[in-house]
Amino acid sequence: MGQAERTAPVQQVDLTGQVCPMTFVRAKLHLEQLGPGEAIEFVLKEGDHMRNVPRSIKEEGHVIEAVRREGERVYLLVRKSE
Amino acid sequence: MPAVGFTEEQIKRYSRHILLPEVGGVGQRKLLQSSALVVGAGGLGSPALLYLAAAGVGRLGVADGDVVELSNLQRQVIHGTSDLGKSKALSAEASIREINPDCEVEVIPERLTAGNIRDVVRRFDVVLDGSDNFPTRFLVADCCWFERVPLVSAAVLWFEGHLMTILPGEGNPCYRCFIPEPPPAGIIPSCREAGVLGAVVGAMGTLQTVEALKLLLGVGASMSEHLLVYDALDCTFTRVRRKVDPGCPLCSSHPTVTDLQEYEYTCVVEEDVKG
Repeated sequence: MGQAERTAPVQQVDLTGQVCPMTFVRAKLHLEQLGPGEAIEFVLKEGDHMRNVPRSIKEEGHVIEAVRREGERVYLLVRKSE
Repeated sequence: MPAVGFTEEQIKRYSRHILLPEVGGVGQRKLLQSSALVVGAGGLGSPALLYLAAAGVGRLGVADGDVVELSNLQRQVIHGTSDLGKSKALSAEASIREINPDCEVEVIPERLTAGNIRDVVRRFDVVLDGSDNFPTRFLVADCCWFERVPLVSAAVLWFEGHLMTILPGEGNPCYRCFIPEPPPAGIIPSCREAGVLGAVVGAMGTLQTVEALKLLLGVGASMSEHLLVYDALDCTFTRVRRKVDPGCPLCSSHPTVTDLQEYEYTCVVEEDVKG
């Protein structure tokens, strides 16, 4: 599989309207729908989201492959654990 | 926002379960698709039914042939003052529906007997015994063993509670490995003496529910080889090892109990009155 194919997200999910802990609840439910090794991109906000969600995602064994910021929005590319 | 297999209300309702690594959305779906029978909507059954409903167990069975009495309200928290005189099973059903409309409730507003219990027990994934007499306890325990349905059993007297799980047919001790036969009359405290602190019963019913949920989720270690003893006055918990009895009348290689038995239920106080 080429690098471009490996990093292309399957789906983008906007979680900017969520309040913690519902942000990670929804992220987790989306991750459960993926197959092992599949990727998804979450859109978060700076602040509580970034203090809590990335850590929780990593604690569940998933990998954060990339973090991209555009103003107040943060794009988190996550690959589900194998 | 896609609901990923749940309604929006369910995501919010079960969010604190979904957050747990041991549960998640996968575990919550398991609970919604599972069933539990609670025998007795009394002191143990009340918190059990309330927490099973809150947890989202999809189908709950409530078996109780009694009506709500004033002396029940000290501990049977699923009922209220406005429920006095009502069927306990129906009163419990109303409380369950109020907590969680996701739960389907099957009401069995009659005493379980050797004639009706098998058809009831075999319809459920797990049974919680909250009965208040040994004849029913033995009936439930024997039936769960014959029907191969896991049983979580609890009992309380004064300030002490007991809890155990019986997993039929897996080489673990059964109920009769622990108590082979009902105790003779006179050994059991009379109704006058059988006082109990309501909250101790509540604690044991809640612990019973935790064990049942663990079985339904397939997580944690069960109490299938131990007896939990809670001494409320000292606030101590003790685990006592339970072993298979090679001479057990129910689960040994030469059982003497091969069918359901109806033991006579007597209250010592009534015997005293009759003289």
